Amino acid sequence: MLAQQLLNGIALGFTYILIAVGLTMIYGVLKLLHFAHGVIYTVGAFSAMIGILYLNMNFIVAILFGMIIAGIAGVLVERLAYRPLRGTHPITTLISGVGIAIFVESLFQAIFTSDPRGFPATGMKVEPIHITSSISLTNSKLYIIIVGLVCLLLLYAFLKWTKMGVAIQAVSQDMRAASLMGVNVNQVVAVTFFIGSALAALAGAFVAYDFNSLFPTMGSIPGLKAFCVVVLGGLGSIPGTIIGGLILGIVESLSEGYLTGMVIDKDAIAFVILILILLLKPSGLFGKQVEKV
Amino acid sequence: MDALLEMKGITKRFGGLTAVDQVDLIVKKGEILGLIGPNGAGKTTFFNILTGIYRPDQGNIQFNGTDITGFKPYQIANQGIFRTFQNIRLLKDYSVLDNIKLGLFRQTKAGAWSSIFGLRRSREEEKKVAEESWALLERLGLTDLANEAAGNLSYGNQRRVEIARALVSHPEMILLDEPAAGMNSEEVESLSALVRQIRQQGTTVILIEHNVGMVVELCDRLVVLDHGVKIADGDPNQVVANPAVIEAYIGGQEVTEVVGD
Ligand SMILES: Nc1ncnc2c1ncn2[C@@H]1O[C@H](COP(=O)(O)OP(=O)(O)OP(=O)(O)O)[C@@H](O)[C@H]1O
Ligand SMILES: [Mg+2]
Repeated sequence: MLAQQLLNGIALGFTYILIAVGLTMIYGVLKLLHFAHGVIYTVGAFSAMIGILYLNMNFIVAILFGMIIAGIAGVLVERLAYRPLRGTHPITTLISGVGIAIFVESLFQAIFTSDPRGFPATGMKVEPIHITSSISLTNSKLYIIIVGLVCLLLLYAFLKWTKMGVAIQAVSQDMRAASLMGVNVNQVVAVTFFIGSALAALAGAFVAYDFNSLFPTMGSIPGLKAFCVVVLGGLGSIPGTIIGGLILGIVESLSEGYLTGMVIDKDAIAFVILILILLLKPSGLFGKQVEKV
Repeated sequence: MDALLEMKGITKRFGGLTAVDQVDLIVKKGEILGLIGPNGAGKTTFFNILTGIYRPDQGNIQFNGTDITGFKPYQIANQGIFRTFQNIRLLKDYSVLDNIKLGLFRQTKAGAWSSIFGLRRSREEEKKVAEESWALLERLGLTDLANEAAGNLSYGNQRRVEIARALVSHPEMILLDEPAAGMNSEEVESLSALVRQIRQQGTTVILIEHNVGMVVELCDRLVVLDHGVKIADGDPNQVVANPAVIEAYIGGQEVTEVVGD
C-alpha cells in the first residue's frame, strides 16, 4: 500500500515538476510570477487533441505539436503581456498574467464549450502494468515518469553545456551584466518561455491522456499548484522545484490513500504547504534570501 | 591616429534634469582618456548611454565607422565595447573563472546539439575559453581564487575580476567606472600598470576616476563634465589647472558642505 502510494506520488510529482520548472526558470530570468502558465498547460492539451483529431497525427507527433504550439503561445504571452510592462511594478505584470489567463480560458470556453471532453483515441490504451502482485501503475503514469526524467536530463545538459543555456543562467543572475557581455536578453527570455511552456504542455497533454479528459479550465488548479511547488522549492531554483514537486505529489498521493474522508480536500494540501512555507521559510527549501526591491 | 569613437551632441534628460547636455567627444584609437567631474556630473550616465543602457534623447554615436546610436547593450558588446560598473556587478554565485568565461560569451559559437553531444568544435572552443580565461587570471595573479564564488572576494579583488571579465575578449574599447574606488595607494599603482598594459594590447580606455593624481599621471587626455556639460577637454596637467575646472570642483564641495551641516 505504501509503496503503491509512493509510486503514484512520484508520477503525480513529475507532472507538477514539468509544469513548475518553466515557472521557476521564468522567475529566474525575469523575476516575474507568470500567472498565465496554467493556460499554457491547457493550450498544450487541446493542441495535442486537435493534432490527433483533425490533423491525423499519431500520439507522439501530436504531443510534440502541442509542445510547439504551447511554446509559441508562451513566447507570445511574454511578448504581448509582459514585455511592454517590463520595468513597472511587479504587481502590474502579475495582473497582466491573470488577465491573459482569464482571456484564454474564456476563449477556449467559447470555442470548445466548458464541458469536459474525452482525449481522442491514441491507439495506446491506458492500462495497468503490474510490477509486483500488489503494486501496479498505469502505463500512462509510467510514461510521465520516463518522459519527465528524460526532459530533466536534457534540460540539465542544455543549461550546462550550450551557449544559450549559459546565457539563461547568466541572465538569471544579473540581467544587465549579462547583456553587457553580449547576451541578447530578449532572446534569452523568449527561449526560456518557449522551453517552460513546452514542458507544461507536455504535462497537460499527458494528464489529459491519462484521465481521458480535457476542459478549458483544466490548467488553473495545476497552475496554482505549480506555483506552490516553486515557492516550496525556492523561487528560481530548479533542484528545489524538482524536490518540491516530488514532495507535493507524494504528500497528495499518501493523503489520498490514508486520509480519505478527512476534512481537508486533496487539492487543498498544496495551499496548506504554501502557507506553512511562507510562514516558516519564505525563501523556500533551496531558495536564496529573497531581495526586497 | 584615427578616431575610434565619435559622439556628437549627446543629451540625456531624466524628467526635468539634464544629466548629460550636448556633449561632443572624440576618442582616438589607443588612447587612455580620463573622464572626471564632481559627484552627479553625469559621468556614469555617459557610460550608460555609450553602452546602450540608456538611449540618448539627442545626439549620435559613431564607433569604428558604424552608427551605434540606439544599439542594445548586447549589440554594443558585440561591437567590442566592454565596461565595469561603479557598483561592481559580478555574478556573485559564479566562480571567478566562470565570471571571466562569460566575458568571452560573444566569441563562442557552438550550438546546442554540438555541445550536448560533445562534438569536436565545441570541445575545442570550450578548451580555448578555459585557457584564455586562465591565462588572464595568471596575468592578474588571481589563480588562487579561480574557484572561489565571486561574491566572497574582497572588494579590491572583485574589482580586478570585473576588469578581467571586461578584458578577456580583447575588446576594442573598455570603460572603467571608478576602478580605483576603495583601493589603497599600492593597489592604485598596480591598477595604473594594468591600464597601461591594456592599452599595450591595443584596447582603448576611458576611465572615470575621482583620484585626480592617478588620472593626471595615467591619462593621455582629460575630459571634465559638470552638471552634464563638458567644460574642459585636453592635456591632463592643463585641464586640472583650468580655473573653470577648479571652480566646478570647489563649487561642488561647497554644496556638499552645506548639505552636511
Ligand atoms: N536612472 C536615473 N533616473 C533619474 N535620475 C538619474 C538616473 N541616473 C542618474 N540620474 C541623475 O543624473 C545625474 C548624473 O548622475 P551620474 O550617476 O551620471 O553622475 P556621476 O557623474 O556618475 O556621479 P558620481 O561621481 O557620484 O558617480 C544625477 O543627478 C543623478 O541623480
Ligand atoms: Mg558615477
